[in-house]
Amino acid sequence: MNLLLDALRWLADPGNWQSGSQSPLPIQDRLLEHLAYTAVAVVIAALIALPLGFFIGHTGRGRQFVIAFTGSMRALPTLGLLFFLLMVFGYVLSYDTAPIVGATISFVILAIPSMLAGAYSGLESVDRGTIDSARANGMTEWQILTQVEVPLGLPLIVGGVRSAVLQVIATVTIASYAGLGGLGRIITSGIGLNDYDLILGGALLVTALALAIDGLFALAQRATATKGLTDSPQATRLRTPSRSPRPRTRESA
Amino acid sequence: MIEFTSVSKRFPDGTVAVEDFSFVLPSHKTTVLVGSSGCGKTTLLRMVNRMVEPTGGQVLIDGVDVAGQDKVELRRSIGYVLQSAGLLPHRRVVDNVATVPILRGVPKARAREDALALLDKVGLDRDLARRYPRQLSGGQQQRVGVARALASDPNILLMDEPFGAVDPIVRADLQVELNRLQRELGKTIVFVTHDIDEAFILADQVVIFRKGGVIAQAGTPAEILANPADDFVATFIGADKGKRDLFLQQRETDAGLTLVVDGSGRPVGVLGESEPARGRES
Amino acid sequence: MIGELTLNHTRLAVIPIVASFVLSIPLGWLANRNRVLRAVVIGGGSLLYTIPSLPLFVILPLVIPTRVLDETNLVVALTIYGVAVMARSASDALASVEPATIDASTAVGFSPAARFFRVELPLAGPVLLAGIRVVSVSTIALVSVGVIIGSANLGYLFQNGKQRGILEEVVVGIVISLLLAFVFDVVIVLLGRLLMPWTREAPAAGRGTDESGAPQGPAGPDQMVALTGGLR
Repeated sequence: MNLLLDALRWLADPGNWQSGSQSPLPIQDRLLEHLAYTAVAVVIAALIALPLGFFIGHTGRGRQFVIAFTGSMRALPTLGLLFFLLMVFGYVLSYDTAPIVGATISFVILAIPSMLAGAYSGLESVDRGTIDSARANGMTEWQILTQVEVPLGLPLIVGGVRSAVLQVIATVTIASYAGLGGLGRIITSGIGLNDYDLILGGALLVTALALAIDGLFALAQRATATKGLTDSPQATRLRTPSRSPRPRTRESA
Repeated sequence: MIEFTSVSKRFPDGTVAVEDFSFVLPSHKTTVLVGSSGCGKTTLLRMVNRMVEPTGGQVLIDGVDVAGQDKVELRRSIGYVLQSAGLLPHRRVVDNVATVPILRGVPKARAREDALALLDKVGLDRDLARRYPRQLSGGQQQRVGVARALASDPNILLMDEPFGAVDPIVRADLQVELNRLQRELGKTIVFVTHDIDEAFILADQVVIFRKGGVIAQAGTPAEILANPADDFVATFIGADKGKRDLFLQQRETDAGLTLVVDGSGRPVGVLGESEPARGRES
Repeated sequence: MIGELTLNHTRLAVIPIVASFVLSIPLGWLANRNRVLRAVVIGGGSLLYTIPSLPLFVILPLVIPTRVLDETNLVVALTIYGVAVMARSASDALASVEPATIDASTAVGFSPAARFFRVELPLAGPVLLAGIRVVSVSTIALVSVGVIIGSANLGYLFQNGKQRGILEEVVVGIVISLLLAFVFDVVIVLLGRLLMPWTREAPAAGRGTDESGAPQGPAGPDQMVALTGGLR
């Protein structure tokens, strides 16, 4: 308990938020770095994964590929991928740019599977009859995609992005271990200096960031699921009509 | 006028839904395609707006092969109503009805005005216009579906078991409504159902199908009821049990009442005094 | 040395995987009882899952009597992640059993406990299996992160390889890790087939069309689990 209080005190200390301090401080610099890395990687990954996911979801082609792909990508050890790319780019790029490029690429690679799965399953979740009706009314394929499938599949699509963002936040934390900035830097510095305030403080910061971003996305998902779509906002229908909790309509023996 | 000439449909997995089917559906009349599941009636319906492409033969609308026309334009000029209404759940009722006009570039405000007028036409309260489909009953949703199909003022209306998912009372209402609309608008309606009674209420011409898109009999309801072509048709319309031959009976105890009984003597009803609810013939 | 690391890695992965499976079943059952419990169990799991690995390793010792560098710490953290995913999966799995079947078995005379273990659980099997496959793969991948807190596993190959500039070492680590994940997956699938002989291969969820060309529904629950990681 003391350790926790110490760390909280450390976080509250304005001295740690002073610009111009020596690395790993100030906190806000590391926080901004963390967000910047995350944002760049997520945007790049989205530009690749979302269109691909929409194509697969709309046309139904490549279904098996997506499932196999996301499955195997999940098996990639993040640390391994990160270090691998850092070293590879270390051979071709300068000492300064190699880490950032290598790290960003690994973030992107790790973000793609979730977004792809979200995009694809979001589109798949749209009622086939609604799509059929839209097509029969004379919507072009593009119109069906943009006016029917994407809006109706938005909860799952946003869910995929949400998973991806959290994955990247987590990986950025570890990337500090390989020399990058970000909040993880505070933790690893703490490990090096054996300063538990830094270690725990950093951990709390990352946790708070992750929970905050996750909360924002949860709200976003809720928002996309309303407007006459479903009664409950949690529109991640991972299963068929049988709802949970199971209705206790009969007395079990 | 819709004409099928030697139309066949063989699916990629080998099933033959329809083989060498030829038929003419007259303009401004309601033609009902009836048969059990899998007889090919829905396949034929969906060939008219090219949701299904024939593997052989042609479908002609007013003499022009639909295969030569742009699919999207074709579909925007034909009304299509299906069983689950197929309304876009994330759009309000008024916007659902205005779907095709907006696709065609009609300014939103005017499209919505027209949509409201259509809601009147199908017997819906304008209050419902701002609601979402989920908030409507099944029968109301179907009416919206019909309104949507009428929005682009098409000559042809394709209806695929549109009243199948609602309860019998609502279905009866909708059938009467459809007849009223048809008297008013005179569209060419192609209606698919498995319910022979529904066919008899709605149709100018009934086409009864066997499996494989083979016509068992085609004719007006009266023609079919009077002369079922074979045992299959007779069984299908329920004539084999004498249900379709009706007789008048007067019993001393029921002074002034004329009982109507079927072929096996089962009372079906009483001879009415006033006009019936209007069917296809006014 | 690699062999030792691999064995250790395996050991560190197996415990969380098995524990997740075992713990998730009562949790999944709880989550299906009412809305509040569901929010607590699933929501709580979701929350914990959101916490990235390194911070979790650091924060756990505050709550449980371990130290950051303890192996137990790592195992508990991995189990937490596994349970977070599996509890949701188990909840969905149990909910996916046809109410009619449950009803019938009660009518036949199964006691609630017997019914749960002999009817509901087996029938929930396929979705549970999909969930545990996801957990297995994720856990094996995560174990290597444990090298940061001193755990001796395949992650050491990454760390050492980077420090000494030997790319091959890192690659070897990745390859073995992937192979391990593959082997685990095969074992789990075989176990599944063994224990659930009534199930066939991965069900072909109908994305086809019916006889008239009107389209059919989307993927079934177990494919959705595999697709989205079982959580979101």
